[in-house]
Amino acid sequence: MNPAWTIISAFVGALLVLLLPARMAGQSRVIALVASIVGALAAAASGLTRLNDVSAPVWSFDSPWIPSFGIRFHLAADGLALTLLMLTGLVAIAGVLFSWNVTKRPRAFFAYFLIIIGGVYGVFMSRDAFLLFVCYEIVILPKYMLIAIWGSTNREYGAMKLTMYSIGASALILLGLVVAYAASGGTSFDIAHLAATDYSTSLQTWAFPILFLGFAVLAGMWPFHTWAPTGHVAAPTAASMLLAGVVMKLGAFGALCVAMPIFPQGFAIWQPMIAGLAVIGIVYGAFTALQQKDLKFVIGYSSVSHMGFVMLGLAAATHWGLRGAVLQMISHGVIAGLLFGIAGRVVYERTHTRDLEELGKFDLWRSLPGAALAFTLATAASMGLPGFSGFVAEISVVIGVWETYPWLLPLVALGIIITGAFSLRAMYRAFFPVLKSAQGTNPSPPNLPPLTWPEISAMALLLIVSLSIGIYPKPWVTLIDDGLRSPLFQSILSQP
Amino acid sequence: MLLLSLLLLPLVGAVILTALPGAGRRGSKEGSGKFAIAWAVIPLALVVIMGFQHPASDDGVLAKWSLEWIPSAKISLSFSVDGISWVFLLLASLVTLFALAISSRFGLNSRGYCALILVMQTMLFGIFTAGHFIPFFLCWEMTLIPSYLLIRLWGGEGAPRAAMRFFIVTLFGGVCMLLGFLALQVSVGTMDFAALSTMASEGKLAAGVGAALESTGKDGYYLLTVIAICVFLGLAVKIPVFPFHAWLPDAYAEAPTPVTLLLTGLLSKMGVYGLLRIFMMIFPEVLPGFAPWLTALAVITVVLGAVAALAQTDMKRILAYSSINHLGYCVLAVAAVAASQADRTAVSSSISGVVLQAFNHGIIASALFFSVGIFEQRSGGLRSINDFGGLRAKAPVFCGLMGLALFASLGLPGLSGFVGEFLIFNGVFGLVPWAAAVSLIGLLLTAVFLLRLLRKVFLGPLPDSLESWTDLTKGEKWLFVPVVALIVLLGVWPQALLHCINDDTLRMLNLLLP
Repeated sequence: MNPAWTIISAFVGALLVLLLPARMAGQSRVIALVASIVGALAAAASGLTRLNDVSAPVWSFDSPWIPSFGIRFHLAADGLALTLLMLTGLVAIAGVLFSWNVTKRPRAFFAYFLIIIGGVYGVFMSRDAFLLFVCYEIVILPKYMLIAIWGSTNREYGAMKLTMYSIGASALILLGLVVAYAASGGTSFDIAHLAATDYSTSLQTWAFPILFLGFAVLAGMWPFHTWAPTGHVAAPTAASMLLAGVVMKLGAFGALCVAMPIFPQGFAIWQPMIAGLAVIGIVYGAFTALQQKDLKFVIGYSSVSHMGFVMLGLAAATHWGLRGAVLQMISHGVIAGLLFGIAGRVVYERTHTRDLEELGKFDLWRSLPGAALAFTLATAASMGLPGFSGFVAEISVVIGVWETYPWLLPLVALGIIITGAFSLRAMYRAFFPVLKSAQGTNPSPPNLPPLTWPEISAMALLLIVSLSIGIYPKPWVTLIDDGLRSPLFQSILSQP
Repeated sequence: MLLLSLLLLPLVGAVILTALPGAGRRGSKEGSGKFAIAWAVIPLALVVIMGFQHPASDDGVLAKWSLEWIPSAKISLSFSVDGISWVFLLLASLVTLFALAISSRFGLNSRGYCALILVMQTMLFGIFTAGHFIPFFLCWEMTLIPSYLLIRLWGGEGAPRAAMRFFIVTLFGGVCMLLGFLALQVSVGTMDFAALSTMASEGKLAAGVGAALESTGKDGYYLLTVIAICVFLGLAVKIPVFPFHAWLPDAYAEAPTPVTLLLTGLLSKMGVYGLLRIFMMIFPEVLPGFAPWLTALAVITVVLGAVAALAQTDMKRILAYSSINHLGYCVLAVAAVAASQADRTAVSSSISGVVLQAFNHGIIASALFFSVGIFEQRSGGLRSINDFGGLRAKAPVFCGLMGLALFASLGLPGLSGFVGEFLIFNGVFGLVPWAAAVSLIGLLLTAVFLLRLLRKVFLGPLPDSLESWTDLTKGEKWLFVPVVALIVLLGVWPQALLHCINDDTLRMLNLLLP
């Protein structure tokens, strides 16, 4: 199976779901699950093939698309793209499983879901900047729909805010790309071609921030992060998982593979600024998460903090830093998916509250021990405890920072400690409350419906992946290093 | 493979416990406790088997196992066992088994509780055998959540606060240690303990760090000192060393007694082990520079621990401060070796003393905290020494056994506590005489508060409320006697342990004093 099957499976799946007759609407989830599994298997199979022989030529598909503008339909999947494809496939499967009980207009729900997945696959494989932009635009409308129709708290506001930010960001991206296209002679949108062009330093100085900002907004970089917590909280569970798990990664991916290689000198000039904002994001996100009362807001702000690590790794711009940034994208994708899944689906469906105080009254570690166990492990992963994926990513980023901006480390350390504090706070308030009735005895816990098989399998899937990366990161690191060998990144890495 | 199975066994036990359907229901509670105890016997057996193996090579390694982690940076999860590690493994398997056994007696045998203790055992095994910083840190941090939950969920009234404080302080120490080691990775390109200590022994580490971090404008000696302080912070929080001990008394007092036993018997040993095998071996180039500070901290820890214990009436708190005092001797020995390496015999005596003191303290603390647990259980949660009195008449066997443990704790010759303290004082006198002299105050005060405890509880008039007090039951004797027997055995025959660590002490000595 070649990597193209990821995109094909998602869009064919979406089409099939839409064609389903109304009386079989309930079966749309099965189609969505099959489509997600096919996509994930295609990604995993290609990843394994690549792992066996990293020196083999990269799979690619290249055909003219809009010849008059030099726009080509150019897809390729090197190691870096493959790791992100695998992440997307994984989050897609878990997302469908966590949406197993969607009964409100299921066909539309799963069709939008699969279109987002297809668009995301497309972005990660695009080697043509225009194609990348198109794939990215495909994602915006279904995102809005998922939140506006199936969302919860404040959904119109959340959906609108998120969409406005996304559209604003894409305007910046488009502007930046057109500048690069025009300045490089107006012959091709191919990323490698744009990156090979030597732009003047003055152009790079003003064009880089435009392009980078467009992507950074999407990655939730402070101070352009506010759409993220609001949007994630308003979204239905599967959409929160997709948004935090993979859509935010589109921004980071674009920053790494488009903005930075095209304008390396511009990047070098703005590099300290990006590092500063990233660190503020880490610390700010952590402190804000410490104040939240809504479990989903805690997770939303933790995403801001975790994505700060991605941006910090990019800003460090050493081999360790970039590797750490990609690892953190994958790790955060898995962990955020898991946290949102547990908070939004497993717990909320049974307790109908996300307020930490209210949740405490359900005595969840007695009434729902499976969820408490999974959340505890997810918390450990989220605070970057070793043995989970977050640790591998964070130490790689920190080593990168040691190499470039060692004086930022005290702030990073502060961020890590506060992350520990807020994760623990959310965990014990929601799942391990101290309940003492007037007599000093423990009241018996309320009866909640037991976990269902889709929930258990989705939680187990994500946890196993996070643990396996944490204990044996070698294959992932090998694939990422393969991607980082591409000539695209040499201009960034060679910066002093 | 033997090592891998040893490392994974407790974890597998925890998974089985968690996955057992319906085992959490009330009816099968006893079942989980019994299963956990039976399961914990297997690692102990494996450790003993491992002890009978002959070292495969002349570096004294009994068993090893490793897994590549990030190959391009030569990071791997490598574990290996030598004599000193083996002693700590033995301690970990003995104390865990004992803690599980007494938990069952005190009614703490739910599924989650036993599983968390087993998880912790795997992590302790990992710490005591790690050959590289990454696996060491992995296991180090992974003890955090289990110990947090054990304190919080099964602890007393103030447990949530105490547990949170314990967690945050330890996490802070851990992050400091991590940053320190990552600096070594960035500058000299490795975090492997053996490679680093060889470099240090050849006097190349400071120079390497200085050359690689030239851009900071500081010399290698300064930078390595900063790194050493970071690492020290991480270890000191766990032991704990004054002034990082503030989390301890609350955490120890609030935790359920078997968990307190684990905290002091094993978790504090993580710090001691790290101090001896990592801190002392990797930073000898810069240690003389701040060894006077370290020595002062150690002396303060020793004396302050004893003074604070003197001021307490809660038995658990007395023993908690007494632990600070006893582990202070280990820090003192390391500090003395760091300060002066004039005398080979003294250095070797200090190193052996640290290992023996760590082992013996773990065993003695087991006996003492078990006694506290018995007091709590019989009296419905009372722990103050003023609540008891004259119990010798009612419970002569209990009095005798606990008395032996107390005497061992205060270092009476012929019991195990004496050997470690003797070796440490013997070494420290040869290296930093003033520190040894001041620490003697701590030794005297220990005798005062431990004897006071013994006198208050077992002598004097018997309060009416204790008329119905009974002596140890058969089951309790079965738990108590082997521990006290071990204390006596190691007191009269310390060679048993010394024999295991002699070769390794020599190897460490050769690295420190080439």
